[in-house]
Amino acid sequence: MDNKRRKFLKIAGLSAIAGIGAPAALNMLMKGNVQASSPHGHGDDHGGGHEEAKGHGAHHGEVKQGKRYGLVIDVHKFNQTPGLAQKCISACHDTFNVPDIGNKKDEVKWIWEEPYTHAFPEHSHYKRNTELHHLSFLVTCNHCDDPPCVRACPTQATFKNEDGIVMMDFHRCIGCRFCMAACPYGSRSFNWRDPRGMKDGKPFIKKVNPEFPTRMRGVVEKCNFCAGLLKKGLLPKCVEATGDTKAMVFGDLNDPASEVSKVLKSHFTIQRKPALGTKPSVFYII
Amino acid sequence: MYDGAKIIPGLIIFVVLSTFAIWYGAGDAKQVPKPEKPVGYTNCVKPTDFMRQSHMTLLNQWRDEVIREGKREQVEAGGKMYEKSLQNGCMHCHTSKEKFCDVCHSYASVTPYCWDCHMSAKKIKGLEEAI
Ligand code: SF4
Ligand code: SF4
Repeated sequence: MDNKRRKFLKIAGLSAIAGIGAPAALNMLMKGNVQASSPHGHGDDHGGGHEEAKGHGAHHGEVKQGKRYGLVIDVHKFNQTPGLAQKCISACHDTFNVPDIGNKKDEVKWIWEEPYTHAFPEHSHYKRNTELHHLSFLVTCNHCDDPPCVRACPTQATFKNEDGIVMMDFHRCIGCRFCMAACPYGSRSFNWRDPRGMKDGKPFIKKVNPEFPTRMRGVVEKCNFCAGLLKKGLLPKCVEATGDTKAMVFGDLNDPASEVSKVLKSHFTIQRKPALGTKPSVFYII
Repeated sequence: MYDGAKIIPGLIIFVVLSTFAIWYGAGDAKQVPKPEKPVGYTNCVKPTDFMRQSHMTLLNQWRDEVIREGKREQVEAGGKMYEKSLQNGCMHCHTSKEKFCDVCHSYASVTPYCWDCHMSAKKIKGLEEAI
């Protein structure tokens, strides 16, 4: 009697588990768990369903069609023109009301300078010509073709738009900072302080651009490739600031006739941390 | 009734206190808010009735179109073109948040979080004057 009941309970338990688990497992198999592990997908579905096309840049992997904005930074031109990098940084930060908090820990930045060994850790070795090690490199969001930040964002506050720009919808950001953990380039900043605040009587935003909002405390921000200006047919602010030095060339990487494509074809360029497979859209002539 | 002398006044006090909110404002109907309309403009991007009820829906729609779908083209109203933007569109005509937005928002006791990031002209000036 007792033995029978024991057996019955075992069988009932097992079939309950099978009953609950099977549909879920089946579901997963059917979908192939597309979102998280598509081999060369967008990582998001906002990309506009672009089909895979021929490669760009250092990766000869598959790349989506449509516009794919990218940037080439000529490091030598920057270092020949002292103060140019700073000019680019100010042009950007003034336009987007990026606060200058004044300490490294709470710093907010969209575009900034890094030494060679930080910008290109995998290209660094002791025997590299010393000149490179003394140069500084402008870095910003790479608007990766396969952006890990987009996959990590639980609210789709970060997404890839149809022009290949990794955008942020600040309205939607909950400040979880998953994207910051996911981005291998440190391109994202968190507003630890109220950006409208001040310290010692000095406001964090020195000059307010009335055409753009500020952010609030607890929101992540980063470069948006000046998506709004591009729609008006203008260049990003940093590129505009370089004037005709040609230190920065911006354009559509998928358009073989664009200036940026021509520069990429005729120069040796490197990307930041290419081995990670994020396919950065920012290239460096070194 | 035992202790009637205490219970009845007690009840009266209780009723008066619990309906305080009702009679406190009685006879003193608050003025319907009159937001200040911009001078020199006759048309909003949508009819006034729609804007009165659903401006927030329109703003959300604009936000999604502009940021997510990249549809940044301007909208037309009364022969003029306006940007789909709170700061650069709406506030191009409705220049004062205090005399327009806030008037109804305070009446309805709502605190929309638009202003956590978007700025009124006064706020911009305030931020700049702090320098
Ligand atoms: S650089 Fe970082 S923030 Fe920019 S797209 Fe790539 S992973 Fe995202
Ligand atoms: S911090 Fe904001 S943008 Fe980043 S992952 Fe979280 S919700 Fe998305």
